[in-house]
This record gives sequence, C-alpha cells and structure tokens, in this order.
Amino acid sequence: MSDHILQLENVSKFFGPVIALNGVTLRLQRGEVHCLLGDNGAGKSTLIKTLAGVHVPDAGQYLYDGKPVQFASPRAALDLGIATVYQDLALVSLMSVARNFFMGREPKRRLFGVVPVMDHEAAARIARRELEDMGIRVRDPHQMVGTMSGGERQCLAIARAIHFGANVLILDEPTAALGVRQSVNVLRLIVRAKERGISVIFITHNVNHAYPVGDTFTLLNRGRSIGTYAKSEVAKETVLDMMAGGTEMASMMQGLAGVTI
Amino acid sequence: MNPITQATAEPAEMSDRDERIREVGWFRRLLARPEFGALAGTVLVFAIFGVAAGGSGMFNSEGVVNWLTVAGYLGILAVGAAMLMIAGEFDLSVGSMIGFAGMMLAIPVLYWGWPISVAVAFCLVGAMALGWVNGYLLARTGLPSFIVTLAFFFILRGLSLALSILFTGKTIISANGDLVLRALIAEDPLISTLFVGHCFTGVYDALARAGFIAANQTGAALAIGIPKAVVWWIALTAIGAFMLGRTQLGNWILASGGDANAAKNVGIPVARVKTGMFMVTAFCAAIFAVLQVADAGSASADRGLQKEFEAIIAAVIGGCLLTGGFGSVIGAAFGAVIFGMVQIGIGYTSIDNSWYRVFLGLMLLIAVIFNNYIRQRYAGGRH
Repeated sequence: MSDHILQLENVSKFFGPVIALNGVTLRLQRGEVHCLLGDNGAGKSTLIKTLAGVHVPDAGQYLYDGKPVQFASPRAALDLGIATVYQDLALVSLMSVARNFFMGREPKRRLFGVVPVMDHEAAARIARRELEDMGIRVRDPHQMVGTMSGGERQCLAIARAIHFGANVLILDEPTAALGVRQSVNVLRLIVRAKERGISVIFITHNVNHAYPVGDTFTLLNRGRSIGTYAKSEVAKETVLDMMAGGTEMASMMQGLAGVTI
Repeated sequence: MNPITQATAEPAEMSDRDERIREVGWFRRLLARPEFGALAGTVLVFAIFGVAAGGSGMFNSEGVVNWLTVAGYLGILAVGAAMLMIAGEFDLSVGSMIGFAGMMLAIPVLYWGWPISVAVAFCLVGAMALGWVNGYLLARTGLPSFIVTLAFFFILRGLSLALSILFTGKTIISANGDLVLRALIAEDPLISTLFVGHCFTGVYDALARAGFIAANQTGAALAIGIPKAVVWWIALTAIGAFMLGRTQLGNWILASGGDANAAKNVGIPVARVKTGMFMVTAFCAAIFAVLQVADAGSASADRGLQKEFEAIIAAVIGGCLLTGGFGSVIGAAFGAVIFGMVQIGIGYTSIDNSWYRVFLGLMLLIAVIFNNYIRQRYAGGRH
C-alpha cells in the first residue's frame, strides 16, 4: 500500500495551443485534506477533471495507490472510489432529497416477490440517517431539493458521495457560492469526511476556508504548481501571497489599509 | 477591526438546519402535487356542467360513457405524452403516427393477406421502431425534440397518404374485394377481445334491470358497457403511474427530465431513457390507432389530426412542466377527463360548439401559468 492514495506526477494537459497544466505534481496522502489553491485561470478545473477521469493527461503519470492508471471515463474513476462533487452538484431541484440521494443507484425491492420497484422507504430512511450522521438535519426526506439552501445542497451532494463508498473526495469550490454560516457547515463536513478516513482534495480560492481544515496546501499559478506545503511549514498570509504572486499582491493592497482577504 | 474583517468574521451560530425553511401544512403539500391543478380543474368543469347541463342527460349512464370514451381515447395518448414530457421531451408526431399506424394495420391485412393479429403486432412494433428513430435522432444530433418530431409530423402524415395511394389507390380503406376489415377483426378472438366493443355489459344490464340506470324496451341497459378504449386508458394510466412513481426507471425519467446533465453525471443513461419514452409515446399512439380502426372498421390517412396538441394539452393540464422533470400520469388522465367533459358537455348545453376551442386554449393557458406558479411557490423549483 502506497503512502499516497492519488498521485499526479509531472502532469501536463494541452488544449490546442493552450497549456492548461504544465508539469504539475500533486500527491494526496491517505486521510489528509489536501487544499488545492489557485486564482482564476490557474488550472484548477483542468486538474480536477484530470483527477476525475474526464481528461487524460497529455504528459506525466496518474497513479492510484502507487499504480499507474488511465481512466476511460469518469465512471471508471468512480468505481475506484474517486468521487468528484462538481459545482453543479448533480442534483435535480424538482426531485426529493431521497430520490436525489439515490439517483442512478436506487435501492430496490420486489413487490409481491416479483415486480422490482424502488424502495422508497429505505431510500428515505438511509438518506435521512446518512445526512444526520454528517450533521445535516433533514426534516423530511421527501422535501424537494429546490427548497434547500445552497449549503444544504452542497452537504447533500458530499454526503451522497461519501455514502456510495468514496475513499477520495474531490470537492470543486464547495464554498464558492455560500454564505458564512453555510460555508462553516461545509467545512465541518470536510472534517467529518477526514475523520472517516476519506482523503479529500479541496479546491478553493479562499484561503480563509482552506487554512482551518487543510493539512497540506498545493498552490497553482498559471498552470504550474508553485509548491506543496504542510500546514506547519506555512502561514496563512504566506499562502495568500503565493496564490496571488507575492509582490503583485502587496502592490495591489496598497491603499487598502488594514484589509485582509 | 475594520469593517470588512468584521463582515467576514460574523460569529457562525452552529445550527445545522436552515431556519429559513418553514413547515408547510397539508394543504400546501397538496398544492405542490403535480395532479392538483387537474383535479381542481376536473371538479370545476364538473361543477360548471353540473349546473349548465345537469338535467340534460350528460350525467346519466349513457352520457357518462359518451364523454368517458372521448376522455379514454385522448387519455391513452396523454399517458405517453405525459411520460415523455416528464422525461424532458415532447412529440409532435403523435397525430401523424395515429394515421400511419392505422395504415400499418389495414394495408397488410387487406392487401398482403396477413393475419389480423400479426398485423396488429406489426403496427405496434413498427410504431415503436419509429419512436426509437425519433429518440435516436434526438440523441445523436442534439437537436430539440420540437424540430425532430415536427419533421416526423410531416413525414409520417405524408407517408400515410402516399403509401396508402401507392398500395391501395385510396386514402380510406375498409375493404378489399372479399376482405372486410371489420369482419376480419371480429373473427379474431384475441384482437376482438382486446380492442372491440365494451366491457361489463352484464353489469350494466343488471343495473338496468334493477332500475338504477336507463333501459331500452328489451330491458337491457342503454349504455352498453365500458368501451375497450376506456379500459386501455385506465390500464395504461395505472401502469404509467406505477412506473413513474415506484420503479427505478421512474426515478431515471424524473432525473433525465429535471436535469439531464446531473442525471448523466450520476450515471443514468439519459439518451436511452428518453428514447424509451419516445417508444412509449409511439406505442400509445398505435394502441389509439388500433382501437380506432377496430371501432370505425376502416383506416384513413388523415386520422389523428391535431391529436398531438390535444395530448400535450392534457399532459400540461395534468401538471406536467413543459421543461420536464415534473408531472403526473394520473394528472394527465384528469386532463383527458376535462377534455372529454368539455367536448361532449358543450353539446348538452345551449352553448355554441365553436366555444370548445376557446375554452381549450384558455384551459391550457391557465394550466401553464398555474403550474409555473405552483412550482415556484410550493415545489421550490429554483431554476
């Protein structure tokens, strides 16, 4: 068993003339929360899609548990337990929480021992229990997802991924559109996932969200990795400076006395 | 501390539930059901005709069978239209499919000498194959269903006319020499049981003899029973509602229509689900055609005109969203009942028949506005 559950070694990805990723190395240790930080256009999305099996690297290696892998589709990555929660969350707002939770993987039972039907009671029960285990109280599992807040939806999508056996959870800016309190709920969920032994890649451009939950930080800038740091090695301010390119940030912040981002 | 820091460091109350979601009572829950609009509409139409045509015989045994028959025929189509609409697509070729399916039944029987049961099977399978083509084209080209099925609206209607003239020289076919369509259908025990005549004639006669419903001079009931079309309608509605509500496929249909991208991301074969629903729609159209051919004793190239719109209207009145992902087969059945009651009911009143279409248009408009309102207000669809 390798120390690293996922590894990208020197991975590059090109879209025609555009170099989206340029020799990026990312090593995800078992059971850690690994924050992937970068400003807009840093290549975060390409990196996620590469990890999720949507893109195949043009150069470099993708290793799962120390062994090189090449995913034909996102489904193949999912089968290994690499679950990605994209920003669109893959939830249908006009369907109930329980129906969404089991969407595509419906629990079944046989009516009169013959007719295969969806087991709605089991779906509601399991969805409610799983969400409660994650610290999300769902009053009514038959309530429509459309009635839930953005934070609750994000938590639902993450809880669903965990329930269906994710051992690597890739979260694409889960706090981007959320308010303060809801962001805190999502961050707590990330910690809970870690407690369950799940390795998490947490993509964000918000250092304030990344720093409290992260164990390791990899910084991306313009398609390159600036470096990977353990939390003990680096202060929040340093991370922020590196994300924005250091000196630029200092000059940008002139005239904004006292403001922190 | 400066204001920005304060703004982002607001103490987060550790509350897991969003207090902005309120408890809703049973009435609101009822309102959020997709069938509610159609149910309310049915009650309203019932009340209107109860007042306007109460004493005219619309609600005696024959009157009820009259408008139930109209509702039944349309309801068969509405099952398919509703399921397809919930899956996020709609089919404008339903009406043309009825004409074409009738020809797929009549021409082989009368001109190629096929046994009637084989021809019925051919008609059903052929229609489903055409439904599959609709779905396949949609999936492969990514074109909206409006365009693809509009093309088939013309293609199938044109083919019905062209092929019937090519093979028979006529556009209405009921017989060829010694072969008479009606007689051939009546001779086949399976097909005549499934598609011809009425059910529960005995029950009606017994009720008539007991004096509950009107009888003719021989003592048999004036209403000769429940037409087979109504039986098909109820059976298909029950099967459709069961599929949608209780099976895995039902969840896939809702997901495919609600958000095709999300459905794909969780591994639902969206293209196959939609294609399957096109086949269901075509199957319903073919059942309609077989019942109509059996009832009329003839197939005609112009059968089913405007039925695609009526089916879609019934589904919309039944609570189906045009954007997909929400709706009800039971609701669509009530939509069909509204249709039947209005179409037949107007004849029982002193209102001029021309108002029928005005009424339909208004019903459609009210239903769509109501559906959207309900979705936003109670179902919480925030798109």
